[in-house]
Amino acid sequence: MSLNIIVLAKQVPDTRNVGKDAMKEDGTVNRAALPAIFNPEDLNALEQALRLKDMYPGSKVTILTMGPARAAEIIREGLYRGADDGVVLSDRAFAGSDTLATSYALSAAIKKLGNYDIIIGGRQAIDGDTAQVGPQVAEKLGLPTVTYAEEIVDADNGKVTVKRRIESGVETVKAPLPLVVTVNGSAAPCRPRNAKCLQKYKYAAVPSEVATDDKKKELIEKRPYLNIGEWNAAYVDADLAQCGLAGSPTKVKSIENVVFTAKEARKIENTDEAVEDLIKELIANHTIG
Amino acid sequence: MANFYTDNPNLKSHLQHPLMKKIVELKERNFADAEKYDYAPLDFEDAMDSYDKVLEVVGEICGDVIAENAEDVDHTGPRVENNRVIYAEGTKKNLEACRKAGLMGMSMPRRLGGLNFPITPYIMAADIVSRADAGFENLWGLQDCAETIYEFADEDQKERYIKRVCEGETMSMDLTEPDAGSDLQSVMLKATQKEDGSWVLNGVKRFITNGDSDIHLVLARSEEGTKDGRGLSMFIYDKRNGGVNVRRIENKMGIKGSPTCELVYKDAPAELCGSRKLGLIKYVMALMNGARLGIAAQSVGISEAAYREALDYAKDRKQFGKAIIEFPAVAEILSVMKAKLDASRALLYACARFVDIYKIYDDIAKERPLTKEEKLEAKAYSKLADAFTPLAKGMGSEFCNQNTYDCIQIHGGSGFMKDYRCERLYRDARITSIYEGTTQLQVVAAIRHVTTGTYLNFIKEALNAEVSEKHAGAKKLLDEMAEQYEAAVANVLEVKDQAYTDFMARRLVEMAGHTVMGCLLLEEAERNEAFDKSLEVYVKYGQAECTKHADFISNFKLEELAAYTY
Repeated sequence: MSLNIIVLAKQVPDTRNVGKDAMKEDGTVNRAALPAIFNPEDLNALEQALRLKDMYPGSKVTILTMGPARAAEIIREGLYRGADDGVVLSDRAFAGSDTLATSYALSAAIKKLGNYDIIIGGRQAIDGDTAQVGPQVAEKLGLPTVTYAEEIVDADNGKVTVKRRIESGVETVKAPLPLVVTVNGSAAPCRPRNAKCLQKYKYAAVPSEVATDDKKKELIEKRPYLNIGEWNAAYVDADLAQCGLAGSPTKVKSIENVVFTAKEARKIENTDEAVEDLIKELIANHTIG
Repeated sequence: MANFYTDNPNLKSHLQHPLMKKIVELKERNFADAEKYDYAPLDFEDAMDSYDKVLEVVGEICGDVIAENAEDVDHTGPRVENNRVIYAEGTKKNLEACRKAGLMGMSMPRRLGGLNFPITPYIMAADIVSRADAGFENLWGLQDCAETIYEFADEDQKERYIKRVCEGETMSMDLTEPDAGSDLQSVMLKATQKEDGSWVLNGVKRFITNGDSDIHLVLARSEEGTKDGRGLSMFIYDKRNGGVNVRRIENKMGIKGSPTCELVYKDAPAELCGSRKLGLIKYVMALMNGARLGIAAQSVGISEAAYREALDYAKDRKQFGKAIIEFPAVAEILSVMKAKLDASRALLYACARFVDIYKIYDDIAKERPLTKEEKLEAKAYSKLADAFTPLAKGMGSEFCNQNTYDCIQIHGGSGFMKDYRCERLYRDARITSIYEGTTQLQVVAAIRHVTTGTYLNFIKEALNAEVSEKHAGAKKLLDEMAEQYEAAVANVLEVKDQAYTDFMARRLVEMAGHTVMGCLLLEEAERNEAFDKSLEVYVKYGQAECTKHADFISNFKLEELAAYTY
């Protein structure tokens, strides 16, 4: 049995190495000042995908990322580690996407890819920290989701077994294929780049990266596996009204620097009533909702 | 998030030595593999870029995985259960990372699953791995043994064994026995040929690094009744066939993650590798030369680690109201450490390049006859490799020991505690000047290149080159050192007494070493100013050392030898 696996990955600013100029005056992220990296939990996700490929030879791992052409670096990083293929979903129409518009665009691309068994992504990206995109993609594709996965144990007889990290320990669940799994940072770290794959794919690129480089263009024509797909909104049949800023209900009013401190501690009983009371209270004081 | 390759730009500088163009073009045979293998380079620049990128992966694994595991591996170490070695957890993780990264069989040809890297970038990887964990370098570096299979085994054996090494199986070279250490001619392990022509091995081996490996190269006595090296042959033992058990592993002072095994062979099936009777006189000599270069790399890697630990500590540690690095006594130690490190590294890569060229010519000679010029060139580089290998191993390992000693000195009392990394480096360093031939044996191998002039010719040629104004001072000192060395050699040889020459050999070899390393640093500094300071410090240091030896030699009378005799 072989699987078609799609890994959702994002190129993010490296917020772990934040310098003084990491934020702009207006409170938005100064992407130019931060190195762009493979979102860490997406690397955990990629490792789970590659392990499935090891377990079920003949499986195919495709990396899907949304971003500008330079996000092809993420695809290359994945190819160096053992992924088979990749697509950069890139269009000005996607600019300014919140999680809803992002998951819409990604699900459109996934439909275009078609024929998938498992879609795996990181739990969340370190730039937005929402953890919403994975489950939203599942919702849009009508698939079940398993979140906080630590290990995809197997995928036999149309079912996956997943160990997921929950507050009090590890829960093992089974779910039917196809499905979406989001992987927690506590899962196995991603394997290193492989020397052969690295040499094989180092010239892989999306067409717009090599537009002015005839030598590379020629090489990619000769070696089609070096061509990384670069798809726009029209290609994935996306409804422009649901893309980018137009499709993003989230509006940023202002950004403040908040340092979390614990002021008071309260213990809530583990009963339905107590939890409901707490939620009502949190809605009333606008902490949530 | 450390990268032991990119954080050390001197490595890339060595990698970009002008001689690499020749090496790569020879190694890649006009880049013919590009048509057959999707990971083969298209041209010289592409190949160099690949070395650089792969070394970056090595640097990352070393910084993030191997160095991180080193302390734990040192504390737990391997163990023996049911006659089998079980590696420390960290060692298993390190091996797994190297396998996944495809860093096994780096120098093997692509048709056998390797990366077809020249020795130079492979040795650079060994240098980087050793900085992270010298003990692990032993396990990873034993892929060297594949080189011996590639050079001497038959095509079928190459197919069966080298592919497995490239996929990540480990190797060992089973040479030493209780009564055969430096003197391998006394090897007794018995190889018996059965009626069907197959061989079995019986006996005991001792001090075998990674002795429970997947594929062993074994030196055994195939010719019954013989007593010397001519009765020994090389065998390949495959662990899958069984017959070799690990009786115990040694409790060592350093490189504790690397299991040193006592092996018992009981009718262990084995295959002859190459021709009978050439085991010691040809194959082990080749194997040892490769292994010695590996230990030279290990020494440089440990030196690097020691220098960095010392530097960081000296910047951090405050006494009398300032960082101790600001005290001249401390700063001097650090400067000399750095100079020795850079000098031994320059020697290491010069040597690796020489080995590369002659080995590639040897390999090409299997495909087509070499031209007359190529033959001459191959011979010249083979001689240089033969001369530089014992120098790189001998001097490099002594410097490595000195640097780890000084690293502890910089740490003061803290360095004597188990809490700092420097104590592990100090213990790990100690073996480098002992195994694969002690420093004393490196001197034995090097002295004939003193007497026949290999070093002097190299030095003279190097000092013939024009140098920039800023290095004129260093060049002048090197000229003086060369003269001093030439005179000392003449002094010793004039006496025409073998015992006297043997007695002075170490001094002469060291003088050659200092002068050669000075010349190499001068060449590096001409290409890259990052070596300027080390050149200056090293030449001063080397000149003082040479003068000390020259004085000893010229003040010594033959009859005084009696005081040193037992």
